[in-house]
Amino acid sequence: MKKFLSAILFAPLLAFGAGAELHLDRAPDKANDMAALQNGAKIFVNYCLNCHSASYMRYNRLKDIGLNDAQIKDNLLFTAEKVGEPMKIAMQRADAKVWFGAAPPDLTVIARARASEFGSGADWLYTYLRGFYRDDKRPTGWNNVVFENVGMPHVLWELQGEQVMGADHKLNLVKPGKLKPQEFDAAVGDLVGFLKYMGEPMAEFRKQLGVIVLIFLAVVFVFAYALKREYWKDVH
Amino acid sequence: MSKVNAILQGTLNWVDERFPLTSNWKAHLSEYYAPKNFNFWYFFGSLAMLVLVIQIVTGIFLTMHFKPDASLNASGVPVAFASVEYIMRDVPWGWLIRYMHSTGASAFFIVVYMHMFRGMLYGSYRKPRELIWIFGMVIFLCLMAEAFFGYLLPWGQMSFWGAQVIVNLFSAIPLIGPDLSLWLRGDYVVGDATLNRFFAFHVIAVPLVLLGLVAAHILALHEVGSNNPDGVEIKKKKDANGIPLDGIPFHPYYSVKDIVGVVVFLMVFSVIVFFMPEFGGYFLEYNNFFPADPLVTPPHIAPVWYFTPYYSILRAVTYPLFGIDAKFWGVVAMGASTLIIALLPWLDRSPVKSIRYRGPLYKGFLAAFIVSFFILGYLGMLGPTPMRTLVAQICSVIYFAFFLLMPIYSSLDKCQPEPDRVTSK
Repeated sequence: MKKFLSAILFAPLLAFGAGAELHLDRAPDKANDMAALQNGAKIFVNYCLNCHSASYMRYNRLKDIGLNDAQIKDNLLFTAEKVGEPMKIAMQRADAKVWFGAAPPDLTVIARARASEFGSGADWLYTYLRGFYRDDKRPTGWNNVVFENVGMPHVLWELQGEQVMGADHKLNLVKPGKLKPQEFDAAVGDLVGFLKYMGEPMAEFRKQLGVIVLIFLAVVFVFAYALKREYWKDVH
Repeated sequence: MSKVNAILQGTLNWVDERFPLTSNWKAHLSEYYAPKNFNFWYFFGSLAMLVLVIQIVTGIFLTMHFKPDASLNASGVPVAFASVEYIMRDVPWGWLIRYMHSTGASAFFIVVYMHMFRGMLYGSYRKPRELIWIFGMVIFLCLMAEAFFGYLLPWGQMSFWGAQVIVNLFSAIPLIGPDLSLWLRGDYVVGDATLNRFFAFHVIAVPLVLLGLVAAHILALHEVGSNNPDGVEIKKKKDANGIPLDGIPFHPYYSVKDIVGVVVFLMVFSVIVFFMPEFGGYFLEYNNFFPADPLVTPPHIAPVWYFTPYYSILRAVTYPLFGIDAKFWGVVAMGASTLIIALLPWLDRSPVKSIRYRGPLYKGFLAAFIVSFFILGYLGMLGPTPMRTLVAQICSVIYFAFFLLMPIYSSLDKCQPEPDRVTSK
């Protein structure tokens, strides 16, 4: 019986080994770095928000990351009239489908959707945005290490430069861009930090509130337990 | 003060002459005698009630902003999916209500599984509590239906493809299958018609049935009285006033004790809601943050964790029988795996109720059953491989053997004698 039980217990370990591995670089944590999030918002609005919408995100929500209405209006408001409007784009989805093969997805919650057992959604995006390389077989001339045959061209190529994939499946920078590799990684880190913020703008407040709620419940517990002890002292 | 008391007493008398208020208060709370030796496992009944209330209250507020509409908005996002994000961002405290509801769904299954396991540990389903167990099992089935209907509503990729897979299971039934699944969906694929009817089932049809069944479950319990960790009947030993010697009034003893349980539960619940609402992708699946797309099948479709043991059993059946597809027999096995639990009162032939006095045979079978249940649950989240399927088949056999062999091993088991009265710490 014991042998049988241990066989059942350990057999699954054999069963769980298989499965393709996906190596992701760890994205830096920018959740409380307002300057980084603002820089990320700037990159997002300049490079992403032409083809991708963020249609559940209102411009004036960016007050969360330390901007005021005037700053948002003067520096970031390219695709809408009023700061209360969501981040929509002018491109028609039907056109986009013809141009890219697939309509670019809305990016509001992309950092949540891309999470997997291999890493957080931010890790995936951080690896993806730095993982474009030259591939003449693709219509756009670009391919990607974590998203094979991706429809999106390398939008940040001016900043990063051009990478090619070597025979060892490692990427080599063959043509430098405007930014040094470390500067480019930092810029992508800011952009990914912003995407993560946008996926759940209330995330930091949620955690702060959670601490207060738990302290409150701990106090309630003391009284509830004392009440129970008092009532139960005559039960033997 | 005495004047106020007189007015209150007068009001109560006025009500009591017209409605059985005081008599019900006594029958179900202040003079309902529960055994005094309830332990940890006895918190989960009242916690299930608490989660039911949380789900109903948060659910009411969610329906005020949710839109069961599969059409695409101007940004190409399904309206239903966008309305969930609207709740998360633009509705004041909407994120909290939504996370409480999504966490509550998983919490419901956790407390109900614990509650059911308690029944198995202490033989709470045995005579005269068979009907309580049957009502409980129907509640469990309703809960699974409720969770299944609700999971489609956010209209993400897993919502869509999960519903597609489950509704397609019905098409495996010979002759009527394809028409039946078409009738359930209201369309040839899961679509707007499906979303709207699932919404109707989720917010009104199933909750109504659920509430009625919960009332029946509690009424039946209060008719026969609660079991306890020793599995002996406290009603057999009464004092001169007819009160069980080992019984204490539910109120105030268990009401104040359950408050402690409620506070501890709320602390665990809050840790998830405030610090890990996705719970590593188990409570909110990552892929469900992609809007439903009928043209893109996800590489791996997994149900939410509380369905995975039965899903594993479904996939474990790989042999066609009597010229009918293996898929049909998988559906039969999955259905049987949930229904067979209801037969426990008649499968168990042990002279004792509680695990405390049972012999090694029952304990061994129960342990093997629990281990198999967890392994099946884990395998159900993963894609199938030949090795995993084999493990799932072995575990499925153990799962059913626990029930089907119970009449034999429970009567052969060497049990210890039950005590006359409950044993207290």
